[in-house]
Amino acid sequence: MSAGRTHITDVLVLGAGLAGERTAIEAAARGLEVVILSLVPPRRSHSTVAQGGLQAALGNSVMSQGDSPDLHFADTVMGADWGCDQHVVRLFVNTAPAAVRQMARWGVPWSRITAGERRLPDLTVVEEPEAAAGLINAKKFGGTTKWRTCYAADGTGHALQYALDGMVLSLGITVHDRTEAVALIRDGEKCLGAVARCLRTGELRAYLAKAVVIATGGCGRLYGLSTNSVINEGTGLSLALDTGLACLGNMEAVQFHPQTLPPTWIPVSEGGGYLLDRNLDYFMPHYQPENNKQPYRDVTARLMQERIRAGLGVESPHGPHLWLDVRHLGAEHIARQLRSLAAFCRDFAGIDPARELIPVRSVQHYVMGGVRTNIDGAAYGLKGLFAVGEAACWDLHGFNRLGGNSLAETIVAGMAVGKKAAEFALGEALHYSSALVAQHLAAQEDRVRRLIAGQNGGENVYALKKQMGQILTEHTGIFRTGSGLKTAVAALGELHQRAQRVGLVSSGRGADPELGAAMRLPGMVRLALCIACGALARTESRGTHYREDYPNRDDVNWLNRTLAYWPPGAEKPVLKYEPVRITELTPGKRATPA
Amino acid sequence: MGRRLTFDIFRYHPSTAGTEPRMQTFHLRETPGMNIYAALTRIREEQDPSLMFDFVCRMALCGSCGMLINGRPRLACKTFTGRLPDRITLYPLPVFRLVGDLSVDTGGWFRHVTLKTGAWLHTSRAFESSAPEERMDNETALQIYEAERCIECGCCLAACAKVHIQPGFIGAAGINRLARFMLDPRDERSAAQYFEVLGSEDGIFGCMGLMGCEDNCPKDLPLQLQLAYVRRRMAAAGFGPRGNRRK
Ligand SMILES: Cc1cc2nc3c(=O)[nH]c(=O)nc-3n(C[C@H](O)[C@H](O)[C@H](O)COP(=O)(O)OP(=O)(O)OC[C@H]3O[C@@H](n4cnc5c(N)ncnc54)[C@H](O)[C@@H]3O)c2cc1C
Ligand code: SF4
Ligand code: SF4
Ligand code: FES
Repeated sequence: MSAGRTHITDVLVLGAGLAGERTAIEAAARGLEVVILSLVPPRRSHSTVAQGGLQAALGNSVMSQGDSPDLHFADTVMGADWGCDQHVVRLFVNTAPAAVRQMARWGVPWSRITAGERRLPDLTVVEEPEAAAGLINAKKFGGTTKWRTCYAADGTGHALQYALDGMVLSLGITVHDRTEAVALIRDGEKCLGAVARCLRTGELRAYLAKAVVIATGGCGRLYGLSTNSVINEGTGLSLALDTGLACLGNMEAVQFHPQTLPPTWIPVSEGGGYLLDRNLDYFMPHYQPENNKQPYRDVTARLMQERIRAGLGVESPHGPHLWLDVRHLGAEHIARQLRSLAAFCRDFAGIDPARELIPVRSVQHYVMGGVRTNIDGAAYGLKGLFAVGEAACWDLHGFNRLGGNSLAETIVAGMAVGKKAAEFALGEALHYSSALVAQHLAAQEDRVRRLIAGQNGGENVYALKKQMGQILTEHTGIFRTGSGLKTAVAALGELHQRAQRVGLVSSGRGADPELGAAMRLPGMVRLALCIACGALARTESRGTHYREDYPNRDDVNWLNRTLAYWPPGAEKPVLKYEPVRITELTPGKRATPA
Repeated sequence: MGRRLTFDIFRYHPSTAGTEPRMQTFHLRETPGMNIYAALTRIREEQDPSLMFDFVCRMALCGSCGMLINGRPRLACKTFTGRLPDRITLYPLPVFRLVGDLSVDTGGWFRHVTLKTGAWLHTSRAFESSAPEERMDNETALQIYEAERCIECGCCLAACAKVHIQPGFIGAAGINRLARFMLDPRDERSAAQYFEVLGSEDGIFGCMGLMGCEDNCPKDLPLQLQLAYVRRRMAAAGFGPRGNRRK
């Protein structure tokens, strides 16, 4: 292996999902040279799989009438259980409508309003007026007071990603796909670029830039069971953490999707369905006496898990599950309105949802935590480093993200952060010493060399990864307790030691996938420790973070954000706290909207 | 206990010196609900960690995992072993550049065709952030979306006899992609401009109508319909194979 070439650019974006591409476009539009790195071709990014839709208060349809950024603001803050930064939420809700309309200009075929009768998922019928015909339509998602979810048929993420990638191509932005950033190049105070490994040849390269943006998405695949794409391993987060200077915010805030299909754990949204237990008992009304069909995701996931714990789950080779029943909607409605739900059931479980019950269970879905940034997307602790999208803790979502707010965040934050990163780069001259770059490359070459030579030990990377996934799923899941979290911290601590002693089974030559996994593992275990340590320290329940031993929200002590730092050589993260910013809506009862 | 499955897998890492293409055999006990994604992951984790293959979404939405499964181009994530015989042969998709073992560069191919055909929305109108959106008929939006559902997996290309003998041919996926913009009232390109990219042997006139594409599309895209639509639009605008300005 030889030290490869060095690439120099103005703005370096790590990640080509929606957040990364939107950021890159914004910077390129200001005349800057931009290079994007991605594990996979942009159009294969995790963002592509988001089917549901995106929140923006357009207020076009009958069921959206009277909607406004103010209502979107309140829903988001309540959804977050007040754990978010409200000035960020305000920027977000005010910009989202324009961001959606701009995506129409770039080609997204948003579903539009047709005048006349409209049949809703609960089978009631409303009348759309002639005046609204042709405007962007909206549907209902959990946790919103008005219908606000804009969608492109059943493939919103796909449509957005293809439109943005088209823009990226037309602007001539350079994309190096099958390229993985493995370390950030920095001096004591500034980020100067990244070392990356080519996933075609194994070659290491240096990329230097005035501004570096982490847009690497979430880290759901730390968990054993997750809805996430298999590439969502959180490497961007560990790159930032490993600088010892930047920090991660709220890593204990992890969202679980209530309804996923075993054994592939693909989310199947209910769209007017009923959740049933093994006795075919419709149990939600027992807990939710008022007619709240779509409570917050964290609430639904907890209710389901409780039912399973009470022995009312259905046993299967993939663990206990509950049932989702959509049969009452009728074959025609299912085929037309729930096309992708029907396809998933058919293709991945051999089930016809018009005639059969769908097995469902809750698994990891989204991380609210990420690289902590300010409202400009600038990372704490390291100049020139930015983060955006699911990889960032910009802090729009606090302790629970509303469905549809993540896709919206990618394009809104992409605009905002892209602009700020560009401004930063425009005011900056690139100063770097070639000795510093060589030193960073040499450190990574050394890691590779030691792994190939088997100098660290003989631990198996896949076995350790599996254990990490099990520990997280068991102890840092929907329900958490002090004792379980202590067990997790101890077990992960031990795993962290062992992760330094991985030896390869294969040769490690070229683009060997085992070498890549071995390089990622220690950083992944550190992220797992940030989740477990943060959850153990937070002795309250807020949003998705639910402590059975501390079941109430505690605004006196915990209306704050966890910041996790990892000093060089440490065995555990150092946790600090900062207050969340409250500008408009003081903490109150978190009402589930009807 | 499940069946004992035998996998014959193509192995070759072209960028690693000193390796030769070969077939390698693995055995695996079948588990409930096993698909090729789960099987390959287990083989890599338990038997040969150097095995290269691509999966991202594992839910038939990202287009990463196209490969030849018992000779047919399929998405490996939505192909279940239960529907296959107990001997399964896996080859990388033909047509595309090999990255290693079962991994091919479909992304590079599609990027090239996107650039060659200008497959993005062409409009001269600037965006005004305060103006309401322009209206569009929902039927039109759905029609565009129908063509846009292509996940660029490459299965149709691997099944197309014409792509094999004519490397420049953009195939059904490439033609379908352009049809998507022809359908879009927001795109300002004229029929003549579309003809520049479509009206050649590499475009619509290269297609021999053998249907391999549609039969193998895992997303059930109506490719024949799209090919016919493009042909009709070209003919209506006065462009035909005869008027083809080939040099
Ligand atoms: C099944 C599912 C359905 C969803 N549906 C919805 C929905 O309907 N609405 C909604 O709002 N949200 C939804 N979400 C959430 C939403 O899809 C994601 O949060 C969002 O797409 C994240 O976008 P991103 O750009 O931040 O990251 P990603 O799309 O994950 O992109 C990350 C990029 O980083 C690259 N990368 C990663 N590591 C590295 C590295 N080390 N070096 C270089 N590149 C790297 C990857 O290749 C990729 O290009 C859904 C999530 C799931 C799992
Ligand atoms: S119809 Fe035949 S020749 Fe034409 S694109 Fe399809 S497979 Fe290829
Ligand atoms: S048209 Fe179908 S087979 Fe061809 S690339 Fe698209 S999804 Fe795959
Ligand atoms: S892994 Fe995404 S289509 Fe198969």
